[in-house]
Amino acid sequence: MARSCSCNDFTRAQLMRAGVAQAGRGLPSIERGMPLPAGTGMDRRAFLLRTAGAVLTVYGAAALSPRHLEEGIAQAAAAAPPNQPVLVSIFMEGGWDALSVLAPVKEARYHELRPSLGLAEGAGAPFSEDESLMWHPQAAGLSQLHAEGKVTVFPAIGYDPPDESHFTSRHYWEVGELNAQTRSGWMGRYLDIAGDPSNPLQGLSLDYSLAPALATTRVPVAAMSSPSDYNFWAYGLDEPLTGPTLETFGQLGALPAGSPAFAQARAASLDTSIIRNQVAPFAEHEGKPGFTSPVTYPSTGGEFPARLAVLAAMIADEALPIKCVSLNAVGSYDTHSDERNTLSTNLGETVESVVAFQRDLEARKLDGRVIIQLWSEFGRRPRENGSGTDHGAAGAAFLIGSRVKGKMVGEFPGLSKLDPNENLVNTSDYRAMYAGLLGQWLQTEAGLVIPEAGTGLAGPSAYGTVPQLIT
Amino acid sequence: MSAVDTAGTSSASAKAPAPGAASNQDQLRRARAHAKSGHGHAPHGKGVHHPTHHKHVKRSKRRKHRRKHKPATHVTPVAGLPGAPAPPAIPVNPPPPSSSPPPAVAASISLSQARRLLWRAGFGPTPGQAEKLVGQPLEAVVQGLTRPVGAATLSGPEPTDDEGNALEPADVWGEDHCWWLDRMIRSDQQLVERMTFIWHDWFANSNEKVNSQQRMLDQNALFREHALGNFQDLFLAVTVNPAMLVFLDGIYNDRYEPNENYGREMMELFSLGADRGAYTETDIREMARALTGWTAEWTESSGLQNFHFDASRHDAGNKTVFGQTGKWNYEDAVRLCVSHPLHASFFVSKLWSYFVPAPPDEATLASLQGLYLASGYGIRAVVEAILQHPDFLQGPDLVTPPVVYNAGLLRAIGRPIDTTAWAWLSASAGQQLFYPPNVSGWDFTHWLDTSTAKARWEMASYVTAKTYPNPWPPEGQPRYSETEDPAAALESALAYWGDPLLSGESRECVAAFAASCLEGVATAQWQQSPYRAIRQNALRMLIATAPDMQVS
Repeated sequence: MARSCSCNDFTRAQLMRAGVAQAGRGLPSIERGMPLPAGTGMDRRAFLLRTAGAVLTVYGAAALSPRHLEEGIAQAAAAAPPNQPVLVSIFMEGGWDALSVLAPVKEARYHELRPSLGLAEGAGAPFSEDESLMWHPQAAGLSQLHAEGKVTVFPAIGYDPPDESHFTSRHYWEVGELNAQTRSGWMGRYLDIAGDPSNPLQGLSLDYSLAPALATTRVPVAAMSSPSDYNFWAYGLDEPLTGPTLETFGQLGALPAGSPAFAQARAASLDTSIIRNQVAPFAEHEGKPGFTSPVTYPSTGGEFPARLAVLAAMIADEALPIKCVSLNAVGSYDTHSDERNTLSTNLGETVESVVAFQRDLEARKLDGRVIIQLWSEFGRRPRENGSGTDHGAAGAAFLIGSRVKGKMVGEFPGLSKLDPNENLVNTSDYRAMYAGLLGQWLQTEAGLVIPEAGTGLAGPSAYGTVPQLIT
Repeated sequence: MSAVDTAGTSSASAKAPAPGAASNQDQLRRARAHAKSGHGHAPHGKGVHHPTHHKHVKRSKRRKHRRKHKPATHVTPVAGLPGAPAPPAIPVNPPPPSSSPPPAVAASISLSQARRLLWRAGFGPTPGQAEKLVGQPLEAVVQGLTRPVGAATLSGPEPTDDEGNALEPADVWGEDHCWWLDRMIRSDQQLVERMTFIWHDWFANSNEKVNSQQRMLDQNALFREHALGNFQDLFLAVTVNPAMLVFLDGIYNDRYEPNENYGREMMELFSLGADRGAYTETDIREMARALTGWTAEWTESSGLQNFHFDASRHDAGNKTVFGQTGKWNYEDAVRLCVSHPLHASFFVSKLWSYFVPAPPDEATLASLQGLYLASGYGIRAVVEAILQHPDFLQGPDLVTPPVVYNAGLLRAIGRPIDTTAWAWLSASAGQQLFYPPNVSGWDFTHWLDTSTAKARWEMASYVTAKTYPNPWPPEGQPRYSETEDPAAALESALAYWGDPLLSGESRECVAAFAASCLEGVATAQWQQSPYRAIRQNALRMLIATAPDMQVS
């Protein structure tokens, strides 16, 4: 058989030497689908280990145990430039009520439309860029970050014509175009351009399933509910065999496969094994956390604060190639009823965790590398339905980080002229925000990801003016 | 929504969900949190071991989540989401139907073919089931699947929840999933269940919008009734099925404000396919008019009920669909779709894609269409031909869907449904029954990612939960062998799963692990038994989660 289980014969040093020797002979780098070196009988997948300016091409993951791989990748990535930008996209599921997050309390019309849900003037901090608006009391943390110049507010973001379906509108936001047929996500297409064929962690859903916005067509991406969950516990599997068992699980992923489906199954095992090794140090072990946070995260908000806490620690680890991350915020914002309590709770817990995350990044001096995006599929209808609000059109979005420009994009349109469905009209297009993030933050020509989006630098585009987002 | 909407949901989104009605996502979160708190996911430390393997199944109090009163949330599912099925390759210019029979494997069935047949046309072999088929004529074996007689027999213990109570599939979250999983495991009409599973994906409705487990179960019965029957009958029944009428807004489609949701999908996803020139946007609008008239009543106390055709809501005028003009109604709508010249090629190509990964060749496509049309839209004739086709029996692998994987593991070890954990485990693996991601169903080409692969690991572990050898049994309980050698350990682990076939490479890799993992590790006498038990558990996990076991 092939050298599938000969890993124990191989040390990392030998591999590195072999890789250098091969690189020294000027062999091309190897990617998925390229022919294999004759006679090795190894799997087609190869790993590019970058170190000290030299590209090491290592044939045959089969020859490597996942642990060796992880060490190699970690060592390689440690030498990578430390200023890799990261985008953390947080989804407020269900369509959050922008008119409660930034409430137009100075408009008489607001109180007519929201007799029971309307917030009273003075209940929260005024919004300094538009005096007619007031922050929700539970968004006080955002107000504080905004005062520090770390929040760019989109008070009425959307697209035309607006779609009031959760499903459709969310899909449009996820894929970055108004196309029901598109299957790759907007961040996924960015990763297809800027990503690596062997680093699943570059696009990470901290969830039980892959976020559609991260769906790629070319490079692997990862989904994981949390590093502590990613522990591959099994009944009756115990020390001293846990490690060797999981190594074998990974080796099974690196063997030859006779069909595309089998190759897909092998690749899933291998990718799983790679990220398991990468995130293992961050997992709770025997009751002890795998990392320490320089700040205290809230104890409420379900899994959300813990996911942000471990994310900050993972971003701090230069060895992990994290580029785009997707998370769901606390709770659901589909507040057809009982909006006052539901929104307050979910907004408060979400904002508190996000602020802790920003402070964590600041304490770790990573705040220059990360931008946080808060988005929702739409805003809610200005006229309340009693105890809640129905689906609307334009909504609110925020970009948070020490590098964001902190200047409002698009004005608040007011409630005096609503669209034909009595919804808020938009004053900025979400695709222009994406274009700016791509062109100015992720350093990628936006038009390669979002059709007709141009360069992504500030200026006119097919989706209105692309704002200057980054200082 | 229309102001004349008699269903009571003048704006479907205007009604608040009933208090306490938790979303499926919320239910999943609870189920996962509950499982975690139950069995302690943290790896066991060294030393003292407590048998914790049954803790997770204990529930102090059953939570009922009756969701009868929740009106439909107004979502309009669309095809083509990321992660949605790549539409099966439906040829734009298909060959005309042919009366020559499609190629069929003539020989008697081999072991690997029998295994594939049982995995792809059912839910995996029970121990020895594939072996028994070897050497029999293929046609007879296939007809044994496609021509069941009478009602299905469900053998083995009735399904229960974790506390031994009968399942309540209409009322308790997750028990709908487990109720159907039980049929998949126990039914002697495996292909009927598999076809039911295919129709659930073909006409994908989610309880996320339908909001009634009972309505979903009624639809499931309909799929089973027509599983291998006549597609036109099935299509017509589905068109006016209450779950479908809710899911694609049929009850909101009236002559005042036609709703095109069903009219579009019945052509795009159910019968003709997009981008083939089969229909125009005008056809969709006209089709929507033909479909008008179905409605339901909504009351605060019992939600939607009394689904019926109301002639006063029907647009009785002429409609022109596919160039044919008449006072068409919903029955005509279905007839017009199935008699469309591009329907047969759509039907056989899509059905083929559930069984074979690569599209059929031209001659096969022509023959399958011929069979389908000659039988008057018969499903059985086409399935029978596909299951005997060389591409099915000898072609490349297909990734096994999560539910089939789960059912197959349980069938292999003969374990009945005695826990409802399968609902959330299967959801984590990417497939919760009655909750397809959207109207185009699950993506059968992308089941595996780093999260779903990990979920399959967890699922496999749960399958072993009641039968794994405890490395540290309590005093007086039998201990695992102190002397089992690596080869015997591997044989035993394979036998546990009913002797599945691993590729040579995988088998060697697992064998190498078995041979080396205790070397220099189990040195003391006290370690011999517990470490061999752990090795056995490790081997069982490695076999069940091996890439080989994810495909058939």
